[in-house]
Amino acid sequence: MSCSRRDLLKKAMCGAVAASLPLTMFRFLSPAQAQAAVAGSGKVRWGFLVDTRKCVGCGFCVKACKMENEVPYDAPVTRTWVERYVVTRDGKTHIDSPLGGRDGFVSQKVGEETIPPEEITKAFFVPKLCNQCDNPACVQVCPVGATFQTNDGVVLIDRTWCIGCGYCIMACPYGVRFFHPIYKVAEKCTFCYHRISKGMVTACVQACPFGARRIGNLKDPNDPVTRAIMTERVAVLKDEYGTKPQVFYIGLDSNVR
Amino acid sequence: MKNHVLRPLWVAIAFVALIFLVRHFMVPKDFGIHGRNFTYGFYRLGAIDDWKAIPVKYRGMAGCGECHEDKVAEHQKGPHHIIQCENCHGPALAHPDKPETLPIDRDRGLCLRCHAGLPYPTSQRANLPAIDPDKHNPGAPCVECHNPHNPEM
Amino acid sequence: MTHELFVHGAEWTVKEFFVYPNEFIYWSIQIVLYPYMTGLVAGAFVLSSLYHVFGQQDIKDMARFSLVFSLALLPVATMPLLMHLQQPLRAGNPLFTPHFTSAIAAFGIVFSTYALIVMSEIWFVYRKYFVEQIEALKGKGAVAGAKRALYRVLAMGALDVSDEAVAKDKKAVKILAGIGIPVACFLHGYAGFIFGSVKANALWMSPLMPVIFIMSAVVSGIALCMLTYIVIMEWSKLRHKGEAAEIGGAEIDLITKTSRYLLGFLIAAITLEILDLIFRGYTAMKSWDILRSVMYGKDFVNIFVLQYGCGNLVPFILLLMPRLTIRRAVVALVLVLFGVFMMRWNVVIGGQAFSLSFAGYMHYHLPVIPHNVETFKEGLGGALLVGITPFVLFWGINKVLPSLKTS
Repeated sequence: MSCSRRDLLKKAMCGAVAASLPLTMFRFLSPAQAQAAVAGSGKVRWGFLVDTRKCVGCGFCVKACKMENEVPYDAPVTRTWVERYVVTRDGKTHIDSPLGGRDGFVSQKVGEETIPPEEITKAFFVPKLCNQCDNPACVQVCPVGATFQTNDGVVLIDRTWCIGCGYCIMACPYGVRFFHPIYKVAEKCTFCYHRISKGMVTACVQACPFGARRIGNLKDPNDPVTRAIMTERVAVLKDEYGTKPQVFYIGLDSNVR
Repeated sequence: MKNHVLRPLWVAIAFVALIFLVRHFMVPKDFGIHGRNFTYGFYRLGAIDDWKAIPVKYRGMAGCGECHEDKVAEHQKGPHHIIQCENCHGPALAHPDKPETLPIDRDRGLCLRCHAGLPYPTSQRANLPAIDPDKHNPGAPCVECHNPHNPEM
Repeated sequence: MTHELFVHGAEWTVKEFFVYPNEFIYWSIQIVLYPYMTGLVAGAFVLSSLYHVFGQQDIKDMARFSLVFSLALLPVATMPLLMHLQQPLRAGNPLFTPHFTSAIAAFGIVFSTYALIVMSEIWFVYRKYFVEQIEALKGKGAVAGAKRALYRVLAMGALDVSDEAVAKDKKAVKILAGIGIPVACFLHGYAGFIFGSVKANALWMSPLMPVIFIMSAVVSGIALCMLTYIVIMEWSKLRHKGEAAEIGGAEIDLITKTSRYLLGFLIAAITLEILDLIFRGYTAMKSWDILRSVMYGKDFVNIFVLQYGCGNLVPFILLLMPRLTIRRAVVALVLVLFGVFMMRWNVVIGGQAFSLSFAGYMHYHLPVIPHNVETFKEGLGGALLVGITPFVLFWGINKVLPSLKTS
């Protein structure tokens, strides 16, 4: 044995350092493994169902959301919003969402345009909110671990730890994130985590008079929302990004962005 | 004087040690991997409680009925029973203790959210009773003629 | 209560057609400057390493200068980030709880490593000088005494200047410069990765992005070093007019030789950028319609006239034409620097010029006259501050580590 004491010490030190590193930090799970991990981690996975056929564009959901979650009412940012799509005979799609639909849609003007009623082939409203993705791109890019996915599938932000770099805002394909005008940190829909964790529904679901918005536990096969998602033809937004959104839509049109 | 070459290395090691020292005091103890993996579940556990602690502001119709039994009863009879009291009146949170926090909003805009006519054949909106806000008594509050709690009365 | 409601981004973003409500140009001028500055750091270091590692004797005089200049640029690379962060006091968090799946988390670690390498290398290069100064400044008054004390601290007690020890220094420099090249490339490559990995952004998402960033970084770094070198040498010539014959200003020979490296990296950068452009047009994915309307329409002048035309093609011709003069080199170098800046601009601002909905546009208006802290930090004032600081720092550092004495 030509192993000197110095070498031995060195090796021992390397070993100690290596052992003290949490190895899970460097483990990347495959989507299947991740799915399995989620399936086994709890009894609740919050999901959302939007029925675009029922939405009339009243915007009460947006109003309720802003009040409930203390997003400054007159700021041009919002956790949830409603979009209006008007498709005309010439094949064009006219889209708008004034103030995120906070005050509803009371004018026939779409943006600056007046569209004659006889030109309209179809028109509808689409509520949007955070998709609470299974593979949230926004969480992946956070440099400090200030945004994360809870075990029941909701993506939250740690307001005490966020540095305000804006990378998560850039990474979200759905544009649901923004900087909170007062707290100066990233902000997003939390599925009203303070409400759903007390057994209530979200503010927007409660405010919707027509049942266009519903929230449920995707792990409970008897939950009416889960049943609807399983039995009806539903779609998600922008699935090409591989984020696996958990907000499902009934009556989604290919014009919806 | 032999190994002066290693001196910058000691400075570097001291720098790294300093970061670990500051980290020890700066980072909350409940920071770690709590979710499914490092990619999606690396966070401060207490952050979840921070969110849970936010007060609920929209209390729901049942709470309103505790004091305003008559209004809720009237409201339940009409087609507007699907609309929450707080949609028009605002969040009830502080109202039971301080009634003045919820002044009555008679704004026409509240009604127009649903009843401003939009010619959208494929939307549910087209099935609602509708007016043209520019022609139907412009500027006047709807509540002068219509009972918002039960418009059929 | 009349406190101003400040929505980050709303002050300088103008929306056109349908843009999601929360979309604004969140990453503005400071994020344009950030890769620009890290690029200059990396480029300056690579230039100095060409001499230290590969023994390119022709740029020996440039090597020492560009190494010290890269030290002056180092703190400035972090400035745009600090100015941009909504919570600058938490800037240490990426070091305390690095989330390594984020490209930004690497910044703290790669940047610190790189800074330590640059500082160590400079220490080895200047150690002999420190010791000489400690001797030379002995008993020469209070000011010299203070300076001497500073050199004593900097020397860290390593006062051995025997041939053997100095040879060790040289070897250490060579090793550090060797390690430094990949770290510099990594430092800047990851800046490209920050953008290239954002799958939500149709313009940014490209595996070529990190490589493009490294190439253009080296181009800009070399250009800035050459330019600063010329300016300083010419200025000292002017100042010492008729005094000493040996101060001859910038040497055209040195400039010509360095410009060859510049041209090489410039060709690589342009090739990759054009490849990226052609590929996007040929594959014509869903996003191509809006990308085309931005690149060939709204941003045409910025991309094709200012970046490729003025910033790449013109200096390329100027530097390639025979019998290079100092004056022509200066024009070409300024244009190269401008071209790389426009490239950063077109990536960062251009990437946010269209909505994620692909149905609308956003226009950026740089705040010129600030009316609050935010519009200063993310406006012309903040940008100029970042632009000037490296030169001020270099002036200060050069007092302690003279890097412009020709051998």
